[in-house]
Amino acid sequence: MSEWKMLTLVGQDKPGIVAKITTALFDAGAKLGEASMMRLGGNFTIMLMVKSEQSIEQLNQSIESVVKKMHLASSFQAIEATLYQHEIPDTRITVYGADRPGIVARATTCLLDAGFNILDLESDVAGSEEDPIYIMHIEGIASNGPEALEKAIAQIKTNGVNVDATSIDVMIG
Amino acid sequence: MAIFDILKYPDEALKQISEPVESFDDDLQAFLANLEETMRAGPGGVGIAAAQVGSLSRIAIVDVSSKPKIKHNGCMILINPEIKTWDGMKIGREGCMSVPDYTGNVIRAEKITLQAYNAQGDRVDYECEGYEARAVQHELDHLDGMLFLDRLVSRRTDLFKRKNYK
Repeated sequence: MSEWKMLTLVGQDKPGIVAKITTALFDAGAKLGEASMMRLGGNFTIMLMVKSEQSIEQLNQSIESVVKKMHLASSFQAIEATLYQHEIPDTRITVYGADRPGIVARATTCLLDAGFNILDLESDVAGSEEDPIYIMHIEGIASNGPEALEKAIAQIKTNGVNVDATSIDVMIG
Repeated sequence: MAIFDILKYPDEALKQISEPVESFDDDLQAFLANLEETMRAGPGGVGIAAAQVGSLSRIAIVDVSSKPKIKHNGCMILINPEIKTWDGMKIGREGCMSVPDYTGNVIRAEKITLQAYNAQGDRVDYECEGYEARAVQHELDHLDGMLFLDRLVSRRTDLFKRKNYK
């Protein structure tokens, strides 16, 4: 069994959440791995890899006072994880258009059918309440090559959204 | 010929400033041959700086000619190199043999001109653009103790219009 747990925290954003949570974990003897924090809709969100021999119950106790004080929802999940396994994306795709239901489902299904493996996805709703626009950045690996990807992009475009794809040519020096 | 070990960060040598080469002797020729072989043995294998193998001399080798469809100058031996002009800016993804398992976005000049000395000690001038210019800037940073980690920009940074597939 791996000693890694994934800690998910969600709550109203306010200064000090990361510092206080990570200090509590450090004081409990836990180690940290990779993490991703984002503000989504004004909410604080973080996914944090935590390595510890302690049980999830013990870890919950370690962060309990911070979680309560800062009004967070928290959850630890036991995971099988390994570090030093970063995959390098070869393609970056931007999808944007007038916001409407189904953009993400349509775009990601077309990409899936073209053998595109998504490694990273982030999206924003921008514009205004009257005219919202949806903007999504995707990075991943076009396993079936550029032609399959071009077909997928053409399909996504028929839905009336704009799609740009750029190859990521990583320079290793 | 021999393949050198590549130093990995946090090795202190990677943060040192390298000294100019003064003697273009047989030792230098042997070192250059080994450095080039080490570069070609690495993943990607398009550039290397002497500091990456623990020799704090202002020497870099860049050869991006294996990449399809790009402008290049072939194999450039760059001794005591200096970038003279910079033009344009572009974000690109970089990795480094001295920083395994990590790649990140870095802003570099799109076009550069540079002066250097070749293996024989003759002055050479190059114009580089795109991928090759990026490789040269990455390697020359090593001569000043800089890693691409010192120049990372957020993955959300996206200043410039991208090229399309079509």
